[in-house]
Amino acid sequence: MEMKTNSGQQGIGCLFVATCRRECLLSFRRKSDLVNPLIFFLMVATLFPLGVSPDPGFLAQLAPGVVWVAALLATLLSMDALFRSDYEDGSLEQLLLSPQPLFIVVLAKVVTHWMMTGLALTLMAPLLGMMLFLPAEGVPGLMLSLLLGTPTLSLVGAIGAALTVGLKKGGVLISLLVLPLYIPVLIFGSSAVQAAVTGLPLGGYLALLGALLALALVLAPLAISAALRISISS
Amino acid sequence: MAEKKWIPRWFYQLASPRWCYQITGKLLPWFMGTTLLLLLGGTVWALLFAPADYQQGNSFRIIYLHVPAAILAQSAYMLMAVAGAVGLIWKMKVADMVLKSAAPIGASMAVLALLTGAIWGKPTWGSWWVWDARLTSMLILFFLYLGVMALNSAIENESTAAQASAVLALVGLVNIPIIKYSVEWWNTLHQPATFTLTEKPAMPVEMWLPLLVMVIGFYCFFAVSLMQRLRNEIIWRERRTGWVRELLNKQ
Amino acid sequence: MSEQLLTVHKLFCERDDRVLFDQLSFTLEAGEIVQIEGQNGSGKTTLLRILSGLSRHYEGDILWRGEPVEEVREQFCRDLLYFGHQAGVKAVLTPEENLRWYAALSPAIDASTIPGALEQVGLKGYEDVPCHSLSAGQNRRVSLARLYLSHAPLWILDEPFTAIDKRGVAAKEQLLLQHAQRGGSVILTTHHELGIKGPVRKINLDQLAGTSTWR
Repeated sequence: MEMKTNSGQQGIGCLFVATCRRECLLSFRRKSDLVNPLIFFLMVATLFPLGVSPDPGFLAQLAPGVVWVAALLATLLSMDALFRSDYEDGSLEQLLLSPQPLFIVVLAKVVTHWMMTGLALTLMAPLLGMMLFLPAEGVPGLMLSLLLGTPTLSLVGAIGAALTVGLKKGGVLISLLVLPLYIPVLIFGSSAVQAAVTGLPLGGYLALLGALLALALVLAPLAISAALRISISS
Repeated sequence: MAEKKWIPRWFYQLASPRWCYQITGKLLPWFMGTTLLLLLGGTVWALLFAPADYQQGNSFRIIYLHVPAAILAQSAYMLMAVAGAVGLIWKMKVADMVLKSAAPIGASMAVLALLTGAIWGKPTWGSWWVWDARLTSMLILFFLYLGVMALNSAIENESTAAQASAVLALVGLVNIPIIKYSVEWWNTLHQPATFTLTEKPAMPVEMWLPLLVMVIGFYCFFAVSLMQRLRNEIIWRERRTGWVRELLNKQ
Repeated sequence: MSEQLLTVHKLFCERDDRVLFDQLSFTLEAGEIVQIEGQNGSGKTTLLRILSGLSRHYEGDILWRGEPVEEVREQFCRDLLYFGHQAGVKAVLTPEENLRWYAALSPAIDASTIPGALEQVGLKGYEDVPCHSLSAGQNRRVSLARLYLSHAPLWILDEPFTAIDKRGVAAKEQLLLQHAQRGGSVILTTHHELGIKGPVRKINLDQLAGTSTWR
């Protein structure tokens, strides 16, 4: 049995890129998964003027919170699919039995997932801001806060997805597990937008969101890996 | 193995459900007596002898239920997460059972804290619910408990369920300080702090001494209910082993 | 004397209050093919999942080259090829894309051998067709192409011949035999009568299962 030895560093980088590539391919070939969260995002934002009041002044007050809640729910909605198809077709088993660090693959999957949802939501946010009469000063704050906040949502959501991947009815359960954990991001995110609207400095809020992201980036992949191993072993 | 040198023997004995069942059986009456004594004594002291608050009158006396329940709800989560970590690291069955048993007790403590908070809020603020930082944090803590319990009951395989809940409890434990901080900060941002209920600058000794008694009493009560649930869980999970069947045959 | 690869010592596993196997011990030597037999529900898949390290619901010891498998997990994963119930093939990807990702997961595999492996399993000309347009048997073949790519000494195969035609089965049996002759070893379950001209050891789980559910 010959065994090739390749430098570990290079292997890990390749694996990260290969996983990102594969996930992108998968997303682009199943376009509905890609677009559905964005449509959901738009629809939730439409419900508020209809359900509360179309008054511009009132909506402008509501806008930071509404856009953030809608982004949060849209991310949550897309989380369940993150590991489910891999679980159902057996790819997850291959993944767990790979000698490569699971941490890297998991991180690559979440990063790609974020680019398909969080980043797209961030780019779409100005449109929602306009629909809800968010003052123009608030838009940069909205986008910056979403840019820093949505990766944390994806990372934390992936823990929930990994814990429920073995269950048939994971969808509702995952919201139950993950929503309370989303609260700090929501608070800091929507406060950042409010600060931007009133012309207060943003730095502090963005720093807090960045700190949460750093923490999630370090700890969440560990929790996700552990959760996947647990879920698959039943 | 090197580990064995610094971990005391009782830790390994804890791993044996049988030993655990026996030792909790011996401890239980003592804890029950202490609980009864402390809770009865504390209640009488708090309701009859502690002085009334100069601002809130007698309505503040609900603090003697509210504060211990709130403290317990947080401690129980801590215990649950620690038990989860022990279960994950040392694959200890009893730790899994502690996690499963502690969750509903902690959740009911959180409910008690929320209910007493609401009852207290009515005369103080004029409404049953106010988005006060402490109450909101407690509500989120309650949600975290619900998540752990929901996950635990959704997974059929017992050991998978325990491990998954342990991971969730640990993730929650990391998050609790962040949630607490963010909610407090959110609270000061949106409503200037008028006055908070629990943080009296200086509570006279006659007031906090009965509170201390109640808190210790609640801890003992928690220990009693945890031990009882744990014993049930042990019997259920070990129902096929010889010693449990012997035990059942004797009765 | 040949090398002992996998040693299983007093394995116990129960599922849903039923003992699947108790006191299961065996040794797998280099160059051996072992077939796990048993009725449906006798725990064949469970055993393979335990041996591969996917499931940890067992008591007892599993040694890999004499060391507890938990301690040499990474090396064990390098030395293992696991073929599970589900093929691990993504329907929207082409056979080649599927295998490329598998190659990225296993550092020992040289990605340039992928076209050759696809040819071996009779999928030449289908490299660029998404797997959902292929038949069930062809999808299994995509996954079986991993056998031609792998350098791992231990193969654990769960029903590898499902949906494969006769000629395909004969080729795979030949491959298993070659693998064993090179010093590798195979543990597999299958409903087919194995036509391998060589020593195949059989382990029957039906005899090991406790009739009583009480321990």
